[in-house]
Amino acid sequence: MSQAATTPARVAARPLAASRLSFGALLLTLAATLLLSVTLAVMIGPVPLAPALVWRVALHQLVPSLVTPDWEAFQANIIWEIRFPRVLLGGLVGAGLAVVGATMQALVRNPLADPYLLGVSSGASLGAVAVILLGITWFGVFSLSVAAFLGALLAFVAVYVLARQGGRLTTGRLVLAGVAVAYVLSALTNFLIYNAEDSNQVRSVLFWMLGGLGGARWDYLGLPALALVLGTCLLTVQSRSLNSLSVGEETAATLGVDTSGFRKQIFALTSLLTGTLVAVSGGIGFVGLMLPHIVRLLVGADHRRLLPVAALLGAIFLIWVDVLARVVVAPQELPIGIITALLGAPFFIWLMRRTSGALGGS
Amino acid sequence: MQLAVEQVSWSVASAQIVRAVSLQCAPGSFVGLIGPNGSGKSSLLRCIYRVLQPDAGQIALDGAAVWGLSARQAAQRIGVVLQEHSGEFEFSVREMVLMGRSPHKALFDRDSAADRQIVDAALAQVGMSDFAARSFLTLSGGEKQRVLVARALAQQTRFLVLDEPTNHLDIHYQLEVLDLVRGLGVTAIAALHDLNLAALYCDQLYVLKGGAVVASGPPEQVLTPALIHAVYGVRAEVATHQATGRLYVVFLPLRMTVEVQHAQRI
Repeated sequence: MSQAATTPARVAARPLAASRLSFGALLLTLAATLLLSVTLAVMIGPVPLAPALVWRVALHQLVPSLVTPDWEAFQANIIWEIRFPRVLLGGLVGAGLAVVGATMQALVRNPLADPYLLGVSSGASLGAVAVILLGITWFGVFSLSVAAFLGALLAFVAVYVLARQGGRLTTGRLVLAGVAVAYVLSALTNFLIYNAEDSNQVRSVLFWMLGGLGGARWDYLGLPALALVLGTCLLTVQSRSLNSLSVGEETAATLGVDTSGFRKQIFALTSLLTGTLVAVSGGIGFVGLMLPHIVRLLVGADHRRLLPVAALLGAIFLIWVDVLARVVVAPQELPIGIITALLGAPFFIWLMRRTSGALGGS
Repeated sequence: MQLAVEQVSWSVASAQIVRAVSLQCAPGSFVGLIGPNGSGKSSLLRCIYRVLQPDAGQIALDGAAVWGLSARQAAQRIGVVLQEHSGEFEFSVREMVLMGRSPHKALFDRDSAADRQIVDAALAQVGMSDFAARSFLTLSGGEKQRVLVARALAQQTRFLVLDEPTNHLDIHYQLEVLDLVRGLGVTAIAALHDLNLAALYCDQLYVLKGGAVVASGPPEQVLTPALIHAVYGVRAEVATHQATGRLYVVFLPLRMTVEVQHAQRI
């Protein structure tokens, strides 16, 4: 102790200051990359469009007096009515899933948590499908989202309670509980579909269940955007609590976190995000698994950095995955879930092998 | 700070783990909890640092009921060094210690220069300054333990709870951690396995067996061969060390214990 005590405190403080500076730079870089990705993603498609045109149309839509239209009506339609909503929805969904994944991982103290793997997306799907097929409209235009939220909440709480034993969560129990809950909920969903009488409804449900951003419209964006901003802000300001919770529940309690209240808040926020996202995009897997892990490698485990960076990188990631889905078998489209699963499943296996010490054990 | 535990009981399912325990920690004193494995030491400490809510009894810090405080208020008063598997996420040593500042921070507070100084000082106190940028998960058991002590120091509480703080530490750091805690002048209660360390550092000892206090008092009153045999089932000799002026305990091997018992029976 005596020899280490002679190390000047300033030396130890330096890396922190340096990394904070580079953290600001990283956020700026990511924001710029996101803007560039949106532009490129709107440009790419069967009808190629120039970047200047993309932003002039957008500007004209936002403030009509600023730009005089000198383009064909179909170009404006493609840019503003088709591609922009789709690209922005991709960004929202990617950002939201990454934030949800990171938060769930902190709660269960396990890097293998993901809304799709833990059955939370299945819960949201069941809620949404029930609303479509049973024609429930208790909450007006928000019925689908509310039902998806309730389904997600139910599934998450069920998995958590099943996986937790004596105050401990093991990877093995967590994954098994997630699989079990997902199977039960999928079976219920399939039962609803099998018993549905209206074939048009069934077709729309099946189309929706494949997942994807194809049906994006401007009016789909509001609710997920609101949930994303609200959820990410509320979680980020509580980063200190997330940090100590991700280290251990008892640790969090001794560091001043009201663990049971905070846990309820996390259940509510992650289910809200998952529900509103699944309602507009179906279940897109593995984004919430991969992104937080990659971001931890970049900026460390502190949620003050992790959450904002995960949101930005998640948005960029899903925008490009969707571009891939659009061009890889053009003019056909690949369901986006196929690509995220092809990327994510091997990642999951790699991550599981890496943390296998915890599988089934403590 | 002064801790008063009155008739605290805690049970899980049908098993009563802590049985009507009463104990006192005078301001600035170092109190040791000793007793065999499963005697309820950790459970009693958990009741004190508010993870297990007692079924009965009162726990008060300077007269304020611990269970009447908010989690945050409690964390501003009680620093805890516990043994816990510390997750799977790669926090740096500095980040781990910085968590000790969180009970003092409001939602929108950033880490201040003062926080950083406190963290640096805490790391220096446990000799871990050079490890500040290292990943906590890559440390050895002893190094982890010292970082967790540093986190409790950064919490700057007037009362410390330590659950087996010397586990995983080699003898040098065992002495160092206990010296450090004694030197802080705060009130502390620690569960200890090592009776010699307990005799060397504690002002008061409480001996737990089967969840109940079976003896208490200064080490020289408590640590008698008869009590050690009654609680641990081993024979020991106790003497006062010339240099430290403290008790020390020498354990006799079990086969000798059998021989002694045999001889006594004849």
